[in-house]
Amino acid sequence: MRILTIVKHVPDSNVPIKVRPDGTGIDTTGLKYVIDPFDEFGVELAVQLREKRGDVSEIIALTQGPEKAAETLRVALAMGADSAIHLSDPIFESFDELFYASVIAEAVTKQSTPFDLVLCGKHNIDLDAGAVGPALAEFLDLAHVGAVTNLEITPDGRRFTARRRIEGAEEVVEGALPALLTIEKGLVEPRYPSLPNLMKAKKKPLTVLTSKELPGSASHKASAQIAYVTPPPPRPECKFIEGEPAQMAHELVRFLRDEAKVL
Amino acid sequence: MPDSKTPDFYHIDSLLSNDERQVRDTVARFVDDRVLPIIAECFEHERFPTELIPEMAELGLFGPTLQDYGCAGLNNVAYGLIMQELERGDSGVRSFASVQSGLVMYPIHTYGSDEQKKRWLPEMARARKIGCFGLTEPDGGSDPGTMKTRAEKKGSDWVLNGAKMWITSGSIADVAVVWAMTEHGVRGFLLEKGTPGFTSRDIPHKFSLRASVTSELFFDNCRLPESSRLPTAEGLGAPLSCLTQARYGIAWGGVGAAMACYREALEFCRNRVLFGSPLINKQHMQIRLADMVRRITTGQLLALQLGRLKDQGEMHHTQVSLAKWNNVRLGLDIAREARDILGAGGISVECCPVRHMLNLESVITYEGTETIHQLVVGREITGVAAF
Ligand SMILES: Cc1cc2nc3c(=O)[nH]c(=O)nc-3n(C[C@H](O)[C@H](O)[C@H](O)COP(=O)(O)OP(=O)(O)OC[C@H]3O[C@@H](n4cnc5c(N)ncnc54)[C@H](O)[C@@H]3O)c2cc1C
Repeated sequence: MRILTIVKHVPDSNVPIKVRPDGTGIDTTGLKYVIDPFDEFGVELAVQLREKRGDVSEIIALTQGPEKAAETLRVALAMGADSAIHLSDPIFESFDELFYASVIAEAVTKQSTPFDLVLCGKHNIDLDAGAVGPALAEFLDLAHVGAVTNLEITPDGRRFTARRRIEGAEEVVEGALPALLTIEKGLVEPRYPSLPNLMKAKKKPLTVLTSKELPGSASHKASAQIAYVTPPPPRPECKFIEGEPAQMAHELVRFLRDEAKVL
Repeated sequence: MPDSKTPDFYHIDSLLSNDERQVRDTVARFVDDRVLPIIAECFEHERFPTELIPEMAELGLFGPTLQDYGCAGLNNVAYGLIMQELERGDSGVRSFASVQSGLVMYPIHTYGSDEQKKRWLPEMARARKIGCFGLTEPDGGSDPGTMKTRAEKKGSDWVLNGAKMWITSGSIADVAVVWAMTEHGVRGFLLEKGTPGFTSRDIPHKFSLRASVTSELFFDNCRLPESSRLPTAEGLGAPLSCLTQARYGIAWGGVGAAMACYREALEFCRNRVLFGSPLINKQHMQIRLADMVRRITTGQLLALQLGRLKDQGEMHHTQVSLAKWNNVRLGLDIAREARDILGAGGISVECCPVRHMLNLESVITYEGTETIHQLVVGREITGVAAF
């Protein structure tokens, strides 16, 4: 079984994001980037599948992003991927997830051997459009299950059963491989890449592909653009209600009815 | 939550290599996820979190600068950043790692026989074996040349008698590196747990490094084969060279503790509204916070240059003394300052400054007291020993 995991280099959500004053985007100076936490689930799942099964022959991590995105590939390699592909070209840079997926699709189609399983996060924490997985599945003509919370693959490696949460119920989806799955939080707990593995990851093969190798990227340009970015409105001040419990409940109801007008 | 480099007033991050940054961020994440959620409880109940040991080993935190034996082969700056992050969590956790790496694996690697290295280093890297370092004795740690623990040659064996005190990880260690006086001067021995005559006892009532095991070791006619002696460790220089390793890490650790206290103080000042506005609006508070950043920045630069010198093989132990002195002092002062800034809440272990403050009272004493390091620097610049 060959597994491809798509990983994105994204701003760390623990760090406050600043919007550029001209509204053209976020201020990236000094910003810390990490492997997208949802994509990281995909890498962990791939490595766990290899640990559990005898038939995982190769795990490849793929990212699309600037030169620095190689750091994210290195995390995936340190976690257990065997090799990595880095799609790096200014032409590839875009805020349109459809375009992003189309560039990846072109690179995947050019691989000599096909993949049995393609994994990515259910969404990326930067653009949060949730389109990468479904779009990539569409471009690659693969079956797709989104936001998977549990996965079983038959011993012969041909079929899978995936579970996903839907409003008020759990959906069980069965299908044949190859397929593309996007991963929901909770399916696996990502390991920390160990320091010896981080060092060893530098020696694993990493292929860089540009628009020279992927000429298709020039033709199917991004269809959506970000018009402008504004910071979220400041949090309104907190109102504290003080007093005895009964008095506080009374005041809360009065406030919700008369001032907030939500009752 | 601020990221792992806060504060980085001088863009010191840009002076680090990708490797160094990635190592730091990996350890930072471990500290945020695993250490910080439990450490206050450990400190309060005087418990060393042994459950973290396998995870730390899995991460590769023990002996990380060694090239072999399953270790990562990191440079010394990366090693320092590990220590900074661990001590941002807690000095007790950092102490455990310092002892395992700098005070046990280092002497085995530097002074040990091939057999000793093969036997201990892979096991210690995986923390299947834990080590401790016994130099200090009840009658005065600053002057180890006068140690009373004796090793006497009897036939082909050695017989060890004496006691060590204030030994980190003493009672949980599988092996103790024990320094003893012999006819020919100081020698080092690998003393295994269970050796007849070797006992230990934990030191209770500590108000500092409570999330760390500190023990006394007793040697009553312990018989050791010659093969358990570290063959190339001769004289007091050998244990002192180990201390140079560990002190180097502490120089980074002091900064880590300071960073944790500064962040908590800053956050508090942003949120605490007094006399009509948040504390960050007060001139006096800004001066206090700015002064913390000034001290942390100098400490960061000092540690980094020390690490670069170490990586070039040009670090002198007196430079380590200056850095240990400076950076533990700034850590302790900032912890006390942050404790005060937090007001009454600052005395609770739920806030980190009081814990760091109490911990750093040990750190400023062990591995050479502040005074001893000042006298080392003094001797270096005057040529006169004034101990
Ligand atoms: C929590 C903890 C863990 C420790 N872990 C270890 C360990 O793992 N292994 C180990 O071997 N040791 C360990 N130590 C011991 C530590 O290294 C010693 O405590 C330290 O070296 C100081 O020795 P002392 O406590 O005997 O103080 P002393 O040497 O008795 O010093 C007392 C005071 O005299 C001052 N002083 C000393 N000489 C002079 C001088 N010439 N002029 C002026 N003032 C002077 C000192 O600065 C100090 O203030 C640990 C200590 C602590 C607290």
